[in-house]
Amino acid sequence: MAPSCGTGNHPSSLIPRLFIRRLGSIKAGESLSQECDDSNFQVLDFPGGKVNFSSELRFLSESPLERISCYRVLDDYGQIISASNFQQVRKEIALKMYSDMVTLQTMDTIFYEAQRQGRISFYVTTIGEEAINIASAAALSIDDIVIPQYREPGVLLWRGFTLQEFANHNFGNKYDSGKGRQMPVHYGCNKLNYFTVSSTIATQIPHAVGVAFALKMDKKNACAITYFGDGGTSEGDFHAALNFAAVMEVPVIFFCRNNGWAISTPTTEQFRSDGAVIRGQAYGIRSIRVDGNDALAVYNAVHAAREMAISECRPILVEALTYRAGHHSTSDDSTKYRPLDEIEHWRTARDPVSRYRKWIEGNGWWNDEVELNLRSNVRKELLQAIQAAEKTEKPALAELFTDVYDQVPSNLREQEKLLRETIKEHPGDYPPDVPV
Amino acid sequence: MAGALQAATAALLSSTPLKTYGSDRLRLGSAPRSLAGRKGSFLVVRSDAGFGSGSNARTRPGKLIPNAVATKPDASASSTSSKPGHELLLFEALREGLDEEMARDPRVCVMGEDVGHYGGSYKVTKGLADKYGDLRVLDTPIAENSFTGMGIGAAMTGLRPVVEGMNMGFLLLAFNQISNNCGMLHYTSGGQFTIPIVIRGPGGVGRQLGAEHSQRLESYFQSIPGLQMVACSTPYNAKGLMKAAIRSENPVVLFEHVLLYNLKERIPDEEYICCLEEAEMVRPGEHVTILTYSRMRYHVMQAAKTLVNKGYDPEVIDIRSLKPFDLYTIGNSIKKTHRVLIVEECMRTGGIGASLQSAIIKEFWDYLDAPIKCLSSQDVPTPYAGTLEDCTVVQPAEIVKAVEDLCK
Repeated sequence: MAPSCGTGNHPSSLIPRLFIRRLGSIKAGESLSQECDDSNFQVLDFPGGKVNFSSELRFLSESPLERISCYRVLDDYGQIISASNFQQVRKEIALKMYSDMVTLQTMDTIFYEAQRQGRISFYVTTIGEEAINIASAAALSIDDIVIPQYREPGVLLWRGFTLQEFANHNFGNKYDSGKGRQMPVHYGCNKLNYFTVSSTIATQIPHAVGVAFALKMDKKNACAITYFGDGGTSEGDFHAALNFAAVMEVPVIFFCRNNGWAISTPTTEQFRSDGAVIRGQAYGIRSIRVDGNDALAVYNAVHAAREMAISECRPILVEALTYRAGHHSTSDDSTKYRPLDEIEHWRTARDPVSRYRKWIEGNGWWNDEVELNLRSNVRKELLQAIQAAEKTEKPALAELFTDVYDQVPSNLREQEKLLRETIKEHPGDYPPDVPV
Repeated sequence: MAGALQAATAALLSSTPLKTYGSDRLRLGSAPRSLAGRKGSFLVVRSDAGFGSGSNARTRPGKLIPNAVATKPDASASSTSSKPGHELLLFEALREGLDEEMARDPRVCVMGEDVGHYGGSYKVTKGLADKYGDLRVLDTPIAENSFTGMGIGAAMTGLRPVVEGMNMGFLLLAFNQISNNCGMLHYTSGGQFTIPIVIRGPGGVGRQLGAEHSQRLESYFQSIPGLQMVACSTPYNAKGLMKAAIRSENPVVLFEHVLLYNLKERIPDEEYICCLEEAEMVRPGEHVTILTYSRMRYHVMQAAKTLVNKGYDPEVIDIRSLKPFDLYTIGNSIKKTHRVLIVEECMRTGGIGASLQSAIIKEFWDYLDAPIKCLSSQDVPTPYAGTLEDCTVVQPAEIVKAVEDLCK
C-alpha cells in the first residue's frame, strides 16, 4: 500500500516536465516516470525527489497542533535551566554584554528625552530588545556584515561605535558619518561592517542575500546577518529573499525580532502563520525560535547559526520572541492601541536586562555598587556627548550636493551656484548653524 | 522592417564618421572637450606595435584607444597598420563588452532570470555561464525587487553586478530598490558605501509584444537622483556603453531596445569605451537639430534621406545619455541651427522629450527661432494589433513633415 504522506496529492495525472539542473552538469534532467512495483504501489518521480501517492483526500492543516517551541537558557529569574543545552560564555564577554545592555538602555532613555525636549527631531528606542541587540552582536565576529532594519543600534554599540558618534549622527552635525543626510537612528559605519539604515521595511533582506553572495564568491570566513521585525515578514522582499538564499546557498542569518507589534498592528493581524519561524521550512531553510529576552539563548542560537551558515554555506532563520516595550518611535504613543498593564508587565517582569543581571550577580560577577557606577558614568558621558554634539556645527552646504554621484556633475554644480546666490541675497532666511 | 534597419545602418556608416570619445577614466560632469571642431574629420586608429594581434585583439585587455573608429573600406594609406575590425550583431556586441569586463575584473558578475545556461532571453549572456561559472552568471528566481536588491547588497560589499531585467517593464517591480536604495544609499551613507551596479534590459515598443512588454522605463526613472541612464543604439555604442557602465562607480541603467538586437555593424578589434555622458553626432547639418535616441534614431535617419532629397540639411544627434543630458553637444547644435525637433518613443506626458524640451528652453531660449517640436507616442498603452501599434510609434513620414513645418 502506498503510505499516506498527508500531502493531499491528487491521484490525477501530472504533466511530465523536463527540467534543466542549474548546478553541475547541464545534461537534460530527470524525466517523469511512473514506476509500477506492483499494481497498488506507485510513486511519482518528480523534480525535487520521489513523491508518494495517497488515496486519502486529506488537506494539510492550516496550523500545526502545537506551536514551535522556544529555546531558552535562563528562566524568568535569571537561573540556568538545568536541562539547557548551551555554550558557556567567558566572563569578560558576559560582563561586556551586560554593560552594553545597560548602555543601550541609558542611551535610549536620554535620547528619547532629548527628542521630547526638541533637541533632536526623531528617535527610535530599543526598549525590551536589548538582549537581542547585544547578545546577537556578541555571537558574531567583526567580519560578519550587518544589514539592519532600524532597531539594532546595540550591534553598532557592541562593535565600538562611541556614544559621541551616536550623538553626532542624531544631531546631524559635521562629524556624522552619514554627513547629516539621514534621519536620526539611521546609523551606518562601513568600518564596523554595519550597513547604513534605510527606512524602507524589508528592503535590506535581499541586500543581505547579495552580501552573503559576495562573501561566498570571495570564500570569506564570515556571514551576513540581517534583522527585521514581525511586520517586515509580510513584505514581498522577505519571501523572495528567503527563497533566493535557499536556492543560492549563501551564508546569511535572517534574524526576525518578533516583538508583537508593527506600530499599531499586532501579530494576529499581521499573519496567521505560527510566527516567522514556521515559514523557514516552506523555503527550505533551517530555522529556530528563541526567547528574545534571554541573552544567553540569543547568544547561543546566533553562535550556532553562524557556524552552520558559514561551514555549510546555507541560510538560517532565527525568530526571537520578544516585546516592543517602548513606542514604535517618538511619533507614536502606543498606549493608544495597547493596554498599559501589558506594557508594564513586559517592562518589569520580563525585562531582559534585569533577568540577565540576576544571572551575572548569581555568578558573583556583579553587584549594586558596580551597577550604580556604570549607570551614572554612562549617563554622564551621554549628556556630555549630547552637549558637544549640539554645539558642533552642521555639515557645510557643499555636502548637499556631494555623494549623489562619485563626482559632482555639472547640473548639480549649477544648482549649488543658484542656491548660494539665493542665500547671499536673503541671508536672514538661511539657518545660522549651517556653514556656507 | 529589419531590412530597413540594416540599410539605415549601412547608410550611417558610409555617410557619417562615428565620433566617439573614449577615455580611460570616466568622470560624470568633467568635460575635457579637447576635440576641436566637431566637423567631418575622420580619425583613424594607428595600433601600437605590441598591441593586439589578430584575433586576440578583442579579448586581450590592453591600452585603451581613445577615439577608436571603425575604418571605412576606402580608408587612406596612413591607416594600413590598423585592423579591419570585426562584424557582429548588437546583442553580440553587448556580450563582447560584458565578456571583456568580466575577464578584466573578477568582481564583475551577472544576475537575472535565465541568464545562466539559457543564455538570456535575448542571448546577451550566452556562453558566459560556461566560461565564468554558475556563481558569476547567476540565475535567479522570479522576483525583480529581490534580485535587484541582492545586486545592491553585493555592490555595497565590493562586487560589480550587472543586473538583467528580462524586459525593462519588469523592472517596475524593482522600482523600490532602484529608487530608494540604489539611487540613495551612496548619499545617505555619507559616501561610505558605493553602488557600482549596472541595470540593463530591453525596453521600448517591439513587434506586437502587448502593452505590458512595450514600456519606456526611461520616463519613470529619469527623476531618481543618484542614477545615470544611457541608451544604446548601435553595436559600437552598445559595447562601449556596456563597458563604461560597468567601470562607472555610479549606478547606471542601460536601456537596450527589443528591435535593435540584430543590428549588424563592423566594430574595432581594439578595446574602446564610449563616454557615458556624451551624445553622438550621427549626421552633421545646418538647418535643424533633430534629437533622438535608441530605435527612433533609425526612423530619423530614414526620414533624413527623404529630407536630403527635398533639399534640407538636418543635423541628427543621438543623445545617448538620458540622464544627464549632454547639453554641451546639444547646445552647440542649437546655436548653429536655431531649430529643434525631438523624436522619441516615450509618451507625450512626462517622457524624456518633455524633460529635454524643458532643459533646452531654460538654457538655449535665446537661440531658438521656432518653438521646439517634440514627436512622441500618444498617452495610450501600446495596443497589440500591429496596425494600431505602428500608429503609436513615430514614423519617418511624420518626422519629414515636422521638419518641413519647422523650417517654413
